[in-house]
Amino acid sequence: MDLSTTYLGMNLRSPFVPSACPLSEEIDNIRLMEDSGASAVVLYSLFEEQLILERYELHHHLTYHSDSFAEALSFFPEPSEFHVGPEGYLDHIRKAKSAVDIPIIASLNGHTIGGWIDYAQKIEQAGADAIELNIYHLPTDLDQRSEDVEQIYVDILKAVKSEVKIPIALKLSPFFSNVSYMAKRFEQAGADALVLFNRFYQPDIDLEALEIHPNIILSTPHALRLPLTWIAILYGRVKTDLAATSGIHTAPDVLKMLMVGAKITMLCSVLFQHGIEQIRMIEKEMLIWMEEHEYESVKQMHGSMSQINCEDPSAFERSQYMRGLLTYMPTV
Amino acid sequence: MGVRSFETMDGNEAVASVAYRLNEVIAIYPITPASPMGEWSDSWSHEGKPNIWGTVPLVVEMQSEAGAAGTVHGALQTGSLATTFTASQGLLLMIPNMYKIAGELNPTVFHVATRSVATHALSIFCDHSDVMATRAAGFAQLCSASVQEAMDFALIAQAATLETRVPFLHFFDGFRTSHEISKLEVLSDDDLRSMIDDNLIIEHRERALSPDHPVIRGTAENPDVFFQSRERANPFYINCRDVTQSVMEKFSEIAGRSYRLFEYHGAPDAESVIMIMGSGSEVVHEAVDYLNEHGGKVGLVKVRLYRPFDKKRFIESLPSSTHGVAVLDRTKEPGGPGDPLYLDSVAAIHEGVVNGWGNLKETPKIVGGRYGLSSKEFTPAMVKSIFDNLSNEKTKNHFTIGIKDDLTKTSIDHDPEFSTESDHVYRALFYGLGSDGTVGANKNSIKIIGKNTSYQIQGYFVYDSRKAGAVTISHLRVGPNPIHSSYLIDKANFLGCHQSVFLERYDMLKHLVSEGTFLLNTPHDANNIWDQLPLSVQEQIIGKKLKFYIIDAYKIARKSGLGRRINTVMQVCFFAISQILPKDKAIQEIRKTISETYGKQGDEIVNMNLLAIDNTLDNLFEVKVPDTADGAIEVPPAVSEQAPRFVREVLGKMIAGNGDELPVSAVPPDGTFPTGTAKWEKRNLALDIPVWEPEICIQCGKCTVACPHAVIRIKTYEPNYLDSAPETFKSIEARDEVWKGLKYTIQVSPEDCTGCGICVDVCPARSKTETRIKALNMLPQPPMRYEESKNWDFFLSIPETDRTNLHITSIRQQQVQQPLFEFSSACAGCGETPYIKLISQLFGDRLIVANGTGCSSIYGGNLPTTTPWAKNNEGRGPAWSNSLFEDNAEFGLGFRLSIDKQREFASQLIKKLSSSIGENLVDEILTAKQKNEVEIYEQRKRVSALKNKLKGIRSSDGRLLLSVADMLVKKSVWVMGGDGWAYDIGFGGVDHIIASGKDINILVLDTEVYSSTGGQMSKATPRGAIAKFASAGKNTPKKDLGLIAMTYGNVYVASVAMGARDKHTLRAFLEAESYDGPSLIIAYSHCIAHGINMTTAMRNQKAAVDSGQWLLYRFNPERTAEGENPLHLDSHSPKIPVEKYLYMENRFKMLLKTRPTDARRLFSQIREDVKSRWSLYDYLASREFKAEKNIQSDR
Repeated sequence: MDLSTTYLGMNLRSPFVPSACPLSEEIDNIRLMEDSGASAVVLYSLFEEQLILERYELHHHLTYHSDSFAEALSFFPEPSEFHVGPEGYLDHIRKAKSAVDIPIIASLNGHTIGGWIDYAQKIEQAGADAIELNIYHLPTDLDQRSEDVEQIYVDILKAVKSEVKIPIALKLSPFFSNVSYMAKRFEQAGADALVLFNRFYQPDIDLEALEIHPNIILSTPHALRLPLTWIAILYGRVKTDLAATSGIHTAPDVLKMLMVGAKITMLCSVLFQHGIEQIRMIEKEMLIWMEEHEYESVKQMHGSMSQINCEDPSAFERSQYMRGLLTYMPTV
Repeated sequence: MGVRSFETMDGNEAVASVAYRLNEVIAIYPITPASPMGEWSDSWSHEGKPNIWGTVPLVVEMQSEAGAAGTVHGALQTGSLATTFTASQGLLLMIPNMYKIAGELNPTVFHVATRSVATHALSIFCDHSDVMATRAAGFAQLCSASVQEAMDFALIAQAATLETRVPFLHFFDGFRTSHEISKLEVLSDDDLRSMIDDNLIIEHRERALSPDHPVIRGTAENPDVFFQSRERANPFYINCRDVTQSVMEKFSEIAGRSYRLFEYHGAPDAESVIMIMGSGSEVVHEAVDYLNEHGGKVGLVKVRLYRPFDKKRFIESLPSSTHGVAVLDRTKEPGGPGDPLYLDSVAAIHEGVVNGWGNLKETPKIVGGRYGLSSKEFTPAMVKSIFDNLSNEKTKNHFTIGIKDDLTKTSIDHDPEFSTESDHVYRALFYGLGSDGTVGANKNSIKIIGKNTSYQIQGYFVYDSRKAGAVTISHLRVGPNPIHSSYLIDKANFLGCHQSVFLERYDMLKHLVSEGTFLLNTPHDANNIWDQLPLSVQEQIIGKKLKFYIIDAYKIARKSGLGRRINTVMQVCFFAISQILPKDKAIQEIRKTISETYGKQGDEIVNMNLLAIDNTLDNLFEVKVPDTADGAIEVPPAVSEQAPRFVREVLGKMIAGNGDELPVSAVPPDGTFPTGTAKWEKRNLALDIPVWEPEICIQCGKCTVACPHAVIRIKTYEPNYLDSAPETFKSIEARDEVWKGLKYTIQVSPEDCTGCGICVDVCPARSKTETRIKALNMLPQPPMRYEESKNWDFFLSIPETDRTNLHITSIRQQQVQQPLFEFSSACAGCGETPYIKLISQLFGDRLIVANGTGCSSIYGGNLPTTTPWAKNNEGRGPAWSNSLFEDNAEFGLGFRLSIDKQREFASQLIKKLSSSIGENLVDEILTAKQKNEVEIYEQRKRVSALKNKLKGIRSSDGRLLLSVADMLVKKSVWVMGGDGWAYDIGFGGVDHIIASGKDINILVLDTEVYSSTGGQMSKATPRGAIAKFASAGKNTPKKDLGLIAMTYGNVYVASVAMGARDKHTLRAFLEAESYDGPSLIIAYSHCIAHGINMTTAMRNQKAAVDSGQWLLYRFNPERTAEGENPLHLDSHSPKIPVEKYLYMENRFKMLLKTRPTDARRLFSQIREDVKSRWSLYDYLASREFKAEKNIQSDR
């Protein structure tokens, strides 16, 4: 059975790729991912604001109350060197590369042109096989126009693309007026792959304290419908690779995503819930399904259920939405 | 010789740089002002910097200076080159080992930044009382007088000790030299190599203890040979003088600077000579030059080698024309025939005359004088008056200079207007706030000037001893010639006032010369500023024809992203106005310095400072000064006219910065001060203060319990009190059932609040309609200052709530108790003071406190704001004292024993006099339990009745009983201090008093670091935390002091964290005090040394507990007697990952930025620590116990 696929110009032995998450902060976990069948790993994200914030924070604490009291002119030793840049992340890339044979995709998360270019070059020099750009722009300004937001994405992508030779995947938001149009623009701007979709920060409320709490929740299987829909629509209409992320927990989820056109399927919540070894279980289930259904390779099914290849292209259109509503029967 | 560089640095760094390069083992313990020498060494050691032999010295922090000296002794005995750095009490703790080290002729140098030894009070400032206390120990004593000399003498001492085998104590003046920044020629490694003979080191190693060539040393001797043995070492000391002089000569050949054991400077035909050592000799040097230029015939003998005292060289140093010698001591030997240097000189001159040494034509008159205790200013004007005194027919001997002694008339006057300041020296003064970066900016400025010009420079910085709102004054001198002015600037060419409110507090313009320059940071523009100035300031600006510039530095700092740090802005202004360097060159250098200083912290930090430079130049304006002063603003008195006389006339002068003017008779003879005086200094530190919303408030009391400064308080009262309330006074119905029908008010003291915001952060009540609004919200203070001050005064006039009716374990009720610890000078948001305040509320009227040296002794008893400890309306309140750092537990045990003895004696006498007193009263008094507030109240009434009766009993027993009768009312003895005391230097004492079984309560304010001296590691520092002496993160886990104490079985032990559960803290305090035996409370105290947001610091406490990093528990031996497990584990199993807590604090997080690999390893170990400690406590707390009725009998 041939599970191999290609992504960002790389030949991968399977479509199973752990997505950017804290699990990859440990090299041992990355080894385990490879041992469990992952064909590549997207490393945890290097956050642009985090680095900047940490610099401000460090500066604040090193200067706070310094030179104030005769007995305590400072409160911390001041080393001659600080690792306030992405050194730790770059070192992690180097360690990951030497620890495993599978491709290592670095993840850059930010929202301004700022230090990206510099970071991207350093990531390339550190040996990453590709970069996943996670442009996380949360517009809260009522006066910022949609086209300006869109342009930010395109500008960042172009800027990074022009500075590095390794392929670039763009992880994007589903909240564009026209995702298809944006996919086309990203393709034109040089994206080698589109990762659908980014899950935006959605805070929760603590009812007792009446405070807003950052509360990252793991994805549920239902979340896969959104990327599934858009991959199906985009497949064959943009030349970039498509990667599916969000809500992929089981072998059937993987199969569905491959069939609508995803080159790879990214796993995260399922690994948190069941452990990294779950990749092996998913692969095993998938092999059984493919055997039962007499598939020989992943390539066979790739895009087979996309909008352009499926029996009923209108199934992805608005008319189906109305049909769905009209025929909905709540279970009591 | 290698190429030497000129660098700007302070005395501590200068000494450390030599000592570090010449040693192999460095054992230290932090003490002001010597700590930085150890910190530099630790930092270099961690960076792998080698000594001149290519090996990296080992630096170890010990548990005390006694420990450091012992370690050095051991290292010397086994053949290493070893040193230590210390001062004051620290040096005194080393004395026993110094005798040993000298007795065994071990070559070493102890470097001492001199500091006053605590007597009636502690002082961190300079005099020679510490060094003088060790002069009999057998160490040679070499004194340097300037930063360059401090570096040079560090080397000379090391070379001399190796050659003579006599150990050296190299000392220099604390702060004046240790902290003065100067440009000096740095000795190269080659210089050091040239001065140190390796053969001497090899000989030292050959004398070492080794099983390969064994000897024994440190034997016990008997009357037959001990005496002879002591005399056996004489040749070494005789030799030491010549050798030291020859080492100085060798140094001169190498480095070009000549020194002599007694160094004469002045007119060859001088008639009057001053003999002095230390930085004071620089002042005399300047004055001598000036006086001789103006026709004088005066001179100076600088004492370099004080021990062994070379009498002959001293006499030879005096010009033959000498008529009179004034010998100045910077120490006081009460009751002696004179102070030490004076007596030595008298003896030397006497012997010199007898033996015909030197060239003296006659026996000079010799007088002794005392100057400069605790860094008291010593100026050329004083030097002149000393010379005048010498040439006077009626020369005063045993005089003092620099004070007005109206009591025993020792002082001689001086003319403060006399000045030797040169026109060639540019002098600048800067008044700043500790947190605004003024000192940092000036340090940078002086370095820029030093580096880019051939000028000599001097930077000296005066700091506040109050931590919240600390004022700093920077003194900068720049000039073409060597600067000998080791005194504060009084005639400045430039004065920068970085905080406009200071104009109302300090008369700073008096320090400016005529036509000088005045720069003010103010939010007002050039058109409006004049009307905002106090009248006296306007008058001085006009009268002195000052050039007046303004800048809105805060606006520019904010705009540039610098927040409230205005250092760069003010630095640019200084250079732009002063033109010491061409403006463009100065700006270029500031840019360069910014990149060098902040580059390692990231581009953003550099860029925001660079942006500030650009923004500053466009916003610096010169103000056109009007011809007349017509200001309406009068400078208010330092303290209220309502304050008691002592506060107005004594403390008030200190608060206004005029304490130097107080005569001897004005101050107490024994260090005793009245309590409750902090309230008279209204510091108005807060920009924002909390404002209460009664309708939203749930009256939980969390704001008041958490307030570190006792500025937010609660009262419940009868509604009729509101009849006379000010219009804006807020009140609402009390919600608690026990206060039904009463009114309830939370009131803030606007002028005492520091604006820390902790009360708002812990407030759990929010508006139902707008959740951003809490029951307390921070709003700007200035518009509310007047009204809220009136409200505060009215609030204070409402009677206190009856203490005897309170449900004391409920925070909401307990918090109405009056705090008897208020408005301390602790840092805004301090984590220690809420605990102390709570004790004062609960037990204040019967409380006596022994306070170990540290933050709590400074904010608890620091002039001029003595004292936050206060009295209730009956005149009762905590009595407090600080003895030392190391002896605090024992000091408190002394309190307990003394009180117990007096109570026992009172019991004896009362029984004896029972027929006269009345048997019933006697019986009631002797059997009173006094376990709670009501029972103590009743006992107090009985004792009051007893005292009334005793007034009629005139017998000796009756009068004696009257003197001890108050001891029949329970006294609550508390011993408190920080973790440096309890875990390290005072641990032996803590251990001993908990083992004593006595009813004594210990509060450990555990900040997990030496906070007061600037964040050095203690044994309470948790694993992984960065601290000084643990710059790579502490490798070992925190010592479990509570567990150690529990092993005694009869000690009440609690671990609390108020921010995690205030009710638990309250309960532990009540149980500890009630327990009739020793109690130990370890209280998590957040601290600025943790690198945290102080406003939200209580959340850190909660996270520490939620993560399992800090456990809440109570170990109560009384439960054992009931068959219960004495240990109650009061915190839940860890519910958040410990990393979540670690990442909240820079002390942990910084390690990820400095040593990421170590950080990951240590954080992983911390996870294991948390798990294993939780498991252990969970196991201990869940064990089954059987009743052990005899537990009490152990005590």
